[in-house]
Amino acid sequence: MAVLKTLALDIRDLYRYRALIWTLVVKELKLRYRGSVLGFFWSFLNPLLLMAVYALVFSVYMRIQMEHYPVFMFCGLLPWIWFSASLLEGVNSIVGRGDLITKAFFPPQILPMVTLFSNLINFLLSLPILFIFLWASHVIPGWPLIVLPAILFAQFLFTLGLVLALSAMNVHFRDLTHILGNLLTLWFFVCPIIYPLKQIPERFRFLVDFNPMALLTLMYQDVFFYNRFPNIKVLGGLIALGIIVIVVGNAIFNTYRESFAEDI
Amino acid sequence: MSEAAIELQHVSKRFKRTVLKSNYVTLKDFLLRKRRVPKKGRYIEVLNDISLTVPRGKTIGIIGKNGSGKSTLLKLIAGIYRPDSGTIKVNGKLSSLIELGAGFHPEFTGRENVYINGILLGLTKQQIRERFDQIVRFAELEDFIDMPVRTYSSGMYMRLGFSVAVHVDPEILLIDEVLAVGDESFGHKCKEVIRQFRAAMKTIVMVTHDMSAVEKWCDEAIWLNKGEVADRGEPRRIIDRYRENVKEDEEKTFEAAHQVGTNLLGKRWGDRQIEITKVRLLTREGQEQSIYNLGETTIIEISYRVNEKPPQPVVFGVGIFTADNICCYGTNTDIEKIPISLSRNEGRVRFIIEENTLIEGTYFLDVAIHAEDGYPFDYLQHHTAFAIRSRVKDVGICRLPHSWEMDT
Repeated sequence: MAVLKTLALDIRDLYRYRALIWTLVVKELKLRYRGSVLGFFWSFLNPLLLMAVYALVFSVYMRIQMEHYPVFMFCGLLPWIWFSASLLEGVNSIVGRGDLITKAFFPPQILPMVTLFSNLINFLLSLPILFIFLWASHVIPGWPLIVLPAILFAQFLFTLGLVLALSAMNVHFRDLTHILGNLLTLWFFVCPIIYPLKQIPERFRFLVDFNPMALLTLMYQDVFFYNRFPNIKVLGGLIALGIIVIVVGNAIFNTYRESFAEDI
Repeated sequence: MSEAAIELQHVSKRFKRTVLKSNYVTLKDFLLRKRRVPKKGRYIEVLNDISLTVPRGKTIGIIGKNGSGKSTLLKLIAGIYRPDSGTIKVNGKLSSLIELGAGFHPEFTGRENVYINGILLGLTKQQIRERFDQIVRFAELEDFIDMPVRTYSSGMYMRLGFSVAVHVDPEILLIDEVLAVGDESFGHKCKEVIRQFRAAMKTIVMVTHDMSAVEKWCDEAIWLNKGEVADRGEPRRIIDRYRENVKEDEEKTFEAAHQVGTNLLGKRWGDRQIEITKVRLLTREGQEQSIYNLGETTIIEISYRVNEKPPQPVVFGVGIFTADNICCYGTNTDIEKIPISLSRNEGRVRFIIEENTLIEGTYFLDVAIHAEDGYPFDYLQHHTAFAIRSRVKDVGICRLPHSWEMDT
């Protein structure tokens, strides 16, 4: 219960500091492309180029037999980028901002949260491109889109819980950054992002049920690509899982939090 | 309004030794359970059971030697560190000048950084917008505010940080050794701000080595020594006690390092027909001492032993050098035509400086016994050191006897 109580206090704190979160998110986004010629367009270009690479490899070289394959892939790729970039940047968010942690007083949860938010905004900004592609491929999403916010919410909770735990643990175990990078590569390939679910051999397919990111990917594909409602029970389950991950993640964060200012 | 602005009760803070060495555990260490430091010496007590209250509207100066826990105490009050035990209560909006320009990013312009920093310090966007011009004017950065902070000089950077921090309009201000920001005119402004804060009956806690600032501004001084409150009270009295303690300590370490008989950096040469057995620095009363106040009598005593009667007359000499090896003064008995006759095999020679007018600093002493033609019997270079303390911060080598006459 004590864990939940501190969680409630932390949430209240974060709400109080929302202006700071927002300022830091804007700063993060501005900083990302400051000085580059194309500036903000990189947030569109990066996923586009990545998609082009995968499209080349999988539909030209390896010849995956699937209609509108590049667009299909794009549907799962964008949310994955949000997820993996949040974790990869977030894991260093405490360690990398020693200047803030040791100089000013604010709830440190803000820092991993900022990376999550700035990547979310990047993701949302790249959605118009996705829709243009869908439209160009005559794949028109419809009513199922109204479930999208709930899917985003589920992914947000899940990612936030993970990034809280990782960023705090990374202060003490700095190998985490490297481990995470490799782990995410593996994770990416076991999610049905660059291949459809039916490519997974029947006997392994149950594994998808234990992989929240795979389940989320399928849901994104449902609403964007297949124009059908995802399984609401599974979605509810994912949101519940997200809340559990946040409770645990925040508890881990708080056990390490005391020593941040001294250990950085 | 009578409540205390800051209240500390039995606050202790210790740091892990590993932290001080800035080590961190890698996965390998973790898996192998390697302990870099044995369990017992793992913590360093920085603050030990500190209890104090700062009344509202008072200005408190915290003094103490480096490493006495002053800055840690301030960071605890600011909430950056958490105490290991005890409670800290802060009643009122607090702004700290502990680290100026928290969160400044070099790629952003001064304007953008003011907003980020201001929000970090607890202002709302609206409040920053209202105070923005004032902040910039105070920092004297009107022409540079839209340039990236990386192009700023360190003085400009500090000024901007200081300016934002004081415009937060706090009820409690924490200051850590930042009064010397920027050039002189800005320094005056800073002092003016502190004066205004005091006049507005705000609470100020400052950590500083500048005793004159403590004396001038503080209602009360707190002397921290080795993580404990050694004394607190009226600034003048506390400063005197602190200075006394510093002097004693210095003397101890100084004497340990420069014990008579131990050679410093210097060399020793000569054939020891006559050998210097001891060199002592004495006061007029004959007490051994190595730190003198300006103008105090300083006696250099050379003890010698004759091992072999030399054929020619003997000369005793002394030389005093600064730490930069500049000779301040040198003389010997031959130059001054003082006849020496060694009737005994052992004896002492005293060189008495009636009024030591060397300015504040550390000095090295050469002593020598040589023949009239300069042939060395025993030459001790930089054998002993002594220090002069002075309240007057004049410059040069020695203080010439002087007075000022005014016709203004």
